[in-house]
Amino acid sequence: MAAISREILKRRGIHRSPVMATIGTRSMASWFGHVEPAAKDPILGVTEAFLADPSPDKVNVGVGAYRDDNGKPVVLECVREAERRIAGNLNMEYLPMGGSIKMIEESLKLAYGEDSELIKEKRIAAVQALSGTGACRLFADFQKRFLPDTQIYIPIPTWANHHNIWRDACVPQRTFRYYHPETRGLDFASMMDDIKNAPNGSFFLLHACAHNPTGVDPSEEQWREISYQFKVKNHFPFFDMAYQGFASGDPNRDAKAIRIFLEDGHLIGCAQSYAKNMGLYGQRVGCLSILCDDELQAVAVKSQLQQLARPMYSNPPVHGALVVSIILGDPELKSLWLKEVKGMADRIIGMRKALRENLEKLGSPLSWEHITNQIGMFCYSGMTPEQVDRLTDEFHIYMTRNGRISMAGVTTGNAGYLANAIHEVTKSS
Amino acid sequence: MGDANLRAELGSPGRRLGTLARHLGVDYSPASSSLMASHNASEIVTPSPTAGSYGGSVFTNVVQAPEDPILGVTVAYNKDPSPVKVNLGVGAYRTEEGKPLVLNVVRRAEQLLVNDPSHVKEYLPITGLADFNKLSAKLIFGADSPAIQENRVTTVQCLSGTGSLRVGGEFLARHHHEHTIYIPQPTWGNHPKVFTLAGLSVKTYHYYDPTTRGLNFKSLLEDLSKAPRGAIVLLHACAHNPTGVDPTLDQWEQIRLLIRSKGLLPFFDSAYQGFASGNLEADAQSIRMFVADGGECLTAQSYAKNMGLYGERVGALSIVCKSADVAVRVESQLKLVIRPMYSNPPIHGASIVATILKDREMYHEWTVELKAMADRIIRMRQQLFDALRTRGTPGDWSHIIKQIGMFTFTGLNREQVTFMTKEYHIYMTSDGRISMAGLSSKTVPHLADAIHAAVTRIK
Repeated sequence: MAAISREILKRRGIHRSPVMATIGTRSMASWFGHVEPAAKDPILGVTEAFLADPSPDKVNVGVGAYRDDNGKPVVLECVREAERRIAGNLNMEYLPMGGSIKMIEESLKLAYGEDSELIKEKRIAAVQALSGTGACRLFADFQKRFLPDTQIYIPIPTWANHHNIWRDACVPQRTFRYYHPETRGLDFASMMDDIKNAPNGSFFLLHACAHNPTGVDPSEEQWREISYQFKVKNHFPFFDMAYQGFASGDPNRDAKAIRIFLEDGHLIGCAQSYAKNMGLYGQRVGCLSILCDDELQAVAVKSQLQQLARPMYSNPPVHGALVVSIILGDPELKSLWLKEVKGMADRIIGMRKALRENLEKLGSPLSWEHITNQIGMFCYSGMTPEQVDRLTDEFHIYMTRNGRISMAGVTTGNAGYLANAIHEVTKSS
Repeated sequence: MGDANLRAELGSPGRRLGTLARHLGVDYSPASSSLMASHNASEIVTPSPTAGSYGGSVFTNVVQAPEDPILGVTVAYNKDPSPVKVNLGVGAYRTEEGKPLVLNVVRRAEQLLVNDPSHVKEYLPITGLADFNKLSAKLIFGADSPAIQENRVTTVQCLSGTGSLRVGGEFLARHHHEHTIYIPQPTWGNHPKVFTLAGLSVKTYHYYDPTTRGLNFKSLLEDLSKAPRGAIVLLHACAHNPTGVDPTLDQWEQIRLLIRSKGLLPFFDSAYQGFASGNLEADAQSIRMFVADGGECLTAQSYAKNMGLYGERVGALSIVCKSADVAVRVESQLKLVIRPMYSNPPIHGASIVATILKDREMYHEWTVELKAMADRIIRMRQQLFDALRTRGTPGDWSHIIKQIGMFTFTGLNREQVTFMTKEYHIYMTSDGRISMAGLSSKTVPHLADAIHAAVTRIK
């Protein structure tokens, strides 16, 4: 066991902080006096700054959480109803280590298809996880434990925390090209090159839909080519699906990439999150699934995933899982959810149109097609950090310095103001 | 193991390759290299090292993990059709009727949250709900604790006790110069795994004395005095799991003096505050003694048992530091541990706790309900002890009423336990541990009969 922990530290590249000279003096000095202040999280820093700004015009388009047209956070009706049913009726006993069976069943139907043969054949090892982050982390830990010589290919760019997750799991990382800054679209040719050049049997992290932070997704045709190449190279596809239903408004459509891979016989891994599509952010509810050869293997894999969860948090939180189970398990509530998730997706699509039209009306010399080409919560505007700084300093508009706009923060009330500001800082470029 | 080999030999790989071939419209034969970017046309297609079998799962060699011994007890119990069966494996509180309990004050808090339209479910900060953190620190360290008043305590919300231990362990593995943690023998089965995966190396110190069924205090002190400077020491704040054996206050004081003089770092696991004696302050005495001397320590708090919030996974990790400045820096580093693990903690359970702790009347109601649970367990201890004495069961059973908290280490051996399960349908872990929470006045006589029979018939 000592060897394991030493190895963990070595692979994480954690160097020990210098030892204090005063150690050993009883009650004299802190054990932790040498601890450095950690760098602030770039995304959370944006919201902090926004909150501190007294300007009445301020706009927060850094936030990765849905807002309604009044800029207010939303609790879905189906969620409120589910919670009314939960409160006072059920006990709070421990879930099994692998989480809620019911929630897992419903999640698999959502991701793999209602009538999926794979579900009937019980070939999917699945556990409830702590939202998308927790699902990715469990997979990374599992990958490390059972395939210690593998690495993970991560797209450029990606959600920043992906790098942290696989790093802390001690899985070496490589990258593959994805975003094309010139077109603000997909750099498909380079992506395919990187896929072909990776050693056979490489592990790839793919965003199933609504790529974060770019909003750029491969087309269906492109996904088919990617899937084919993956077969040729025998790569392992791991899908992070954080926005199913939230991207196009249709959960089946948003799972298209996964369904294509499944048709082609890939044995995929998949991280699902209900943070955005059910608005359950703080409940931390998600699902990790790994498609196996057969039921026996699925049972074995699941048991090992549980062994990784146990020393991390023992068993996952019950509340969010209950909400998901109740909603997806009740036809009326599920249908209400589908309506509400479409509503959210439609509002965002509407704001994309509005922002683009406003910019074009202002006579911007640049192309803003990408605003409506991209999909999901985020728009990679193409603005530089300097331009973003100007937006913040001069217009009190808050976003991450990579030029990522959270469309969820755009409303009919501020779309014009936002367009105007963007035009001001970009018109001379 | 056999199944995995069988699977590898039979259908799966062939099926996978056949499917692949059909999809790609090629003839499947090993010599066909049209699928691969290969310079040599006659080169054989070889699977990469990571492919379990070409096209098959890369996880073919994953074997099934052994079943959790404690959960195995409940599984076996559920299968038993006997009407007199008793489940004493469960580590969760049960009422006299053998039912799980949701505290009334928890229900009230839930209703308040559900009916509050302003209550949203946004992401909590990485460190969790701020109110919850402050209130939790006050609960364990005391509202008047100088450490709190001097801002020397950093508290972060974590996933119950387990999560708090893991995050604390990871922090120490990264920032503390000494990576050995000493855990008591025995201890909760999950402790070694938690700390090992956190990156620490685990050693043990003597704790339980099977001959007295009490504390092996002399050996405990000996072992800790041999620990290197800076070594971390895991201490159960109260209601030691699984033995129920706690040091007396005098013994705690001696432990404290030793730990401070040897320069060891205490890490408290507080899973039963209020649940052990029925009194929140009394159950926190051990920790408060250490904080009072101005030294540093870590504390993992759980609300699973004392608020019955088991599945909500509510807990807190506190690190008491020498100065406010250090505490701020420590907190910033804790965030770096948490973010790649689960980003931020679950909101529901923490909201319930905060709602209760911040309301004077609800807090009082909680203490009353908590005391009732603790009292029921103490009553069960007394009843069992009395029942054994009435039967003239050989041996000294006073440890049943001396031990504290949810569990009793009976001292029964594996054979005796097996006998009790088979003949009397008593379900418990093979180490002789019973959960007093699973007993009721109705079932005590049956358990006493079983113990009596086991002790007299099996040696």
